[in-house]
Amino acid sequence: MSVAAPPALEVLGVTKRFGDVLANEDVDFRVERGRVHALLGENGAGKSTLVNIIFGLYRADSGEVRRNGEVVHLNGPRDAIDSRIGMVHQHFQLVPVLTVAENVVLGNEPTRRGVVDLDEAASVVRALAERFGLEIDPWARVEDLPIGLQQRVEILRALFREVDILILDEPTAVLTPQETTHLLGVLRGLADTGVAVVFITHKLREVMAVADDITVMRRGKVVGSAVPAETDEASLASMMVGRSVELSLERTPASPGDKVLTIVDLVVNDDRRSQSLNGINLDVRAGEVVGVAGVEGNGQRELVEAITGLRGVVSGSITLEGVEIAGMSPRQISTMGVSHIPEDREKFGLIGAHTVADNMVLNRYHQPPYSRHGIRSPGAVEDNAERLVAEFDVRPSNIGAMVATLSGGNKQKVVAAREFSHEAKVMVAAQPTRGIDIGNIEFIHRRLIEYRDAGMAILLVSAELDEVLGLADRVAVIYGGQIVAIESADGIDRDRVGRLMLSGTDN
Amino acid sequence: MRWLKPVAVPLIAVGLALGIGAIILALSGANPIEAYSALIDGSLSSQKTIGRTLEKATPLIMGGLAVAFAFRAGLFNIGGQGQLVIGGIFAAAVGFGFEGLPWIIHAPLALAVGALAGAAWGSIAGVLKATRGAHEVITTIMLNFVALNLTDWLASNPWKDEGILSRTPAVEESAVIPQWGALPTGFLVAVAASIGCWYLLERTTLGFEIRSVGLNGDAARYAGISVKRIVVATMAISGFLAGAGGAIETQGVIGRYEPGFNAGLGFNGITIALLARNNPIGVIPAALLIGAMEAGGSMMQFNADVSPEITDIIEALMLLFVATPIVVRWFFSRQDVAEVSITSGWGSS
Repeated sequence: MSVAAPPALEVLGVTKRFGDVLANEDVDFRVERGRVHALLGENGAGKSTLVNIIFGLYRADSGEVRRNGEVVHLNGPRDAIDSRIGMVHQHFQLVPVLTVAENVVLGNEPTRRGVVDLDEAASVVRALAERFGLEIDPWARVEDLPIGLQQRVEILRALFREVDILILDEPTAVLTPQETTHLLGVLRGLADTGVAVVFITHKLREVMAVADDITVMRRGKVVGSAVPAETDEASLASMMVGRSVELSLERTPASPGDKVLTIVDLVVNDDRRSQSLNGINLDVRAGEVVGVAGVEGNGQRELVEAITGLRGVVSGSITLEGVEIAGMSPRQISTMGVSHIPEDREKFGLIGAHTVADNMVLNRYHQPPYSRHGIRSPGAVEDNAERLVAEFDVRPSNIGAMVATLSGGNKQKVVAAREFSHEAKVMVAAQPTRGIDIGNIEFIHRRLIEYRDAGMAILLVSAELDEVLGLADRVAVIYGGQIVAIESADGIDRDRVGRLMLSGTDN
Repeated sequence: MRWLKPVAVPLIAVGLALGIGAIILALSGANPIEAYSALIDGSLSSQKTIGRTLEKATPLIMGGLAVAFAFRAGLFNIGGQGQLVIGGIFAAAVGFGFEGLPWIIHAPLALAVGALAGAAWGSIAGVLKATRGAHEVITTIMLNFVALNLTDWLASNPWKDEGILSRTPAVEESAVIPQWGALPTGFLVAVAASIGCWYLLERTTLGFEIRSVGLNGDAARYAGISVKRIVVATMAISGFLAGAGGAIETQGVIGRYEPGFNAGLGFNGITIALLARNNPIGVIPAALLIGAMEAGGSMMQFNADVSPEITDIIEALMLLFVATPIVVRWFFSRQDVAEVSITSGWGSS
């Protein structure tokens, strides 16, 4: 490659404004052929806006996009695809009831005598899959595939259109560690065939592992670029956040008090009415974090929902300071002092079309001072929101904004602010940092420890083993609806916990 | 121009519908200008015609509110017609059944009983949904048939007037909702109901619960709201509004309950709610528009020799354009189209 060759993609001086928010400000960004380019930044930094402009979904207010040195005007995904730019969205754009082959060729179907030639499609898909190490059964229906394979279909679909720039928006957010490792290998392989890969993420480890070039964005601007050989995770993190961050949390040992939450022989059914918790015994003391480690789907969700009243209990007991709460309504349990950060904040924790202020009182709206005699008091709701937005550093700080317009990390801060503000006795935190960026993860972890030190009993349920081991004072391993081990987190053997999570035994 | 955005789609839809209506008029051999001026003549030219427009708009406001209110809880109440006839006949029964009551008691009492009967009827669908999971679209449609047959039977058997016609006796003078000059009092009641609905939805805890359930039922349950209670309450309030509409029609316009006289009033509520985009205040102008077209339709027939069905066509076109806002947006601003088409994934749920 000669030095003078123009880059595969060049973005010059792009600015994009949404209402009062400057999502991209004078952004310059260049991507070279045959390299993996990591676009790094916190949620809300403007990464998605930038790639949506590149993909033609948004139109920049000013600035230009160049392909191989020539200015292009992209008025939609069609134009982007025509100029050989492909994108794998965070939310897949697949037709669930169609097969892999059908999804891949959709829009450019091979035909024979006017009829879609599915055999031809399947063999094309198979050839592509082989070439790039993306093995998949072309005849499988997409809805039957696990997430990792669905993502593979998305990538194949882009490759089928012979893209030479492939953009992936947070591709590893939905993957297991093994799938992530494989994907990173695939991206490397793609780059080696000459494709320019743009890879959006906020996971530093992945960036260090696979990227050739790194561009860091913060608050709509490009704040720096680097190559992995000349940087490290800590300096990337501080570039992202704009200050130095501690990647591991320092905390003092817990000084646990009395048992606050006690669960005895709890049996709960799942949605299909088959037993999913088979006699759980667990207690949480004031001033300690009990972490529940386990592979997802081993009863964690049912445990959390049973404690918070969202799911009925078949037998057993759940007591809060000696009072039986099993069978009470979610509102009664919440009022008695159990706060809950739900694992799916979009579905359960927030109402997207309500304002930030209304979401801040989502389960206290009916109580004074937020309402009196059935009439709401907007002033009190707003005062509460102003206070919490400032305390939890929610951005943007406009309490009248619809929550749906916030980034994932800021949505989670709204949920956390609300739940911590209840001054509850027990906090049930399910996946409290899922899908949010480093700065906010650090923030929420710090809060959990602060409230622990103030005497709150915290039950932490997380699929991230590092999170459990980093925060918990005691670790409970859940497997097949039972607690198979519970022990102090001090000096715990990480490999042994891993084996317990996978098989329920440590040998 | 920010204030214009929420009303842009309905306004453009109305304009487009009138424009296409003019083309249809011209094609059918009539003079569109003559026809539309007759339409205005028959609806807005004098105190009398304005009064008639308001009278026509009144049950449309109530029916529109019923649909719009339920929709805010995510419920599609197709049962406005059934709730309206139930309200109408019970108001009539109180209206003719009591003698010698003072006006100040009798008229409000009949109105209240009619509204409560509608509420009871609406809440049947609510209870079925809350306890059995039966979809309200299906149950309210079925309950419409039950209501129509029940009121027919009541009007031709126990509550039948003397004479050959199947209808109730006329309500007592003291149960009539009067006119203030050209202004029907019922219209004021309907406007008050609109403001009441707005206040309930936007300012009360019940309204917050209703909107929360409509926007995200899972999160509402998480927040401690009893979704079942809200479903029943919302259907009851929705039925209350439709029932009150039927009562006003009985007490203020027809003077008795007569099967067939209310035909379609409840269904027009769906049109009104769509035009108003489920905003209780927006229901008023939407109902006035349709009311004016209905009031002026007959004048159009006389003066311009155009069949009154043309107004139905124009209404249908308005509905079509409101229901397909993408067409209107294309007219409104071609530049925004790229941004509204933000893709949402098939597999994202």
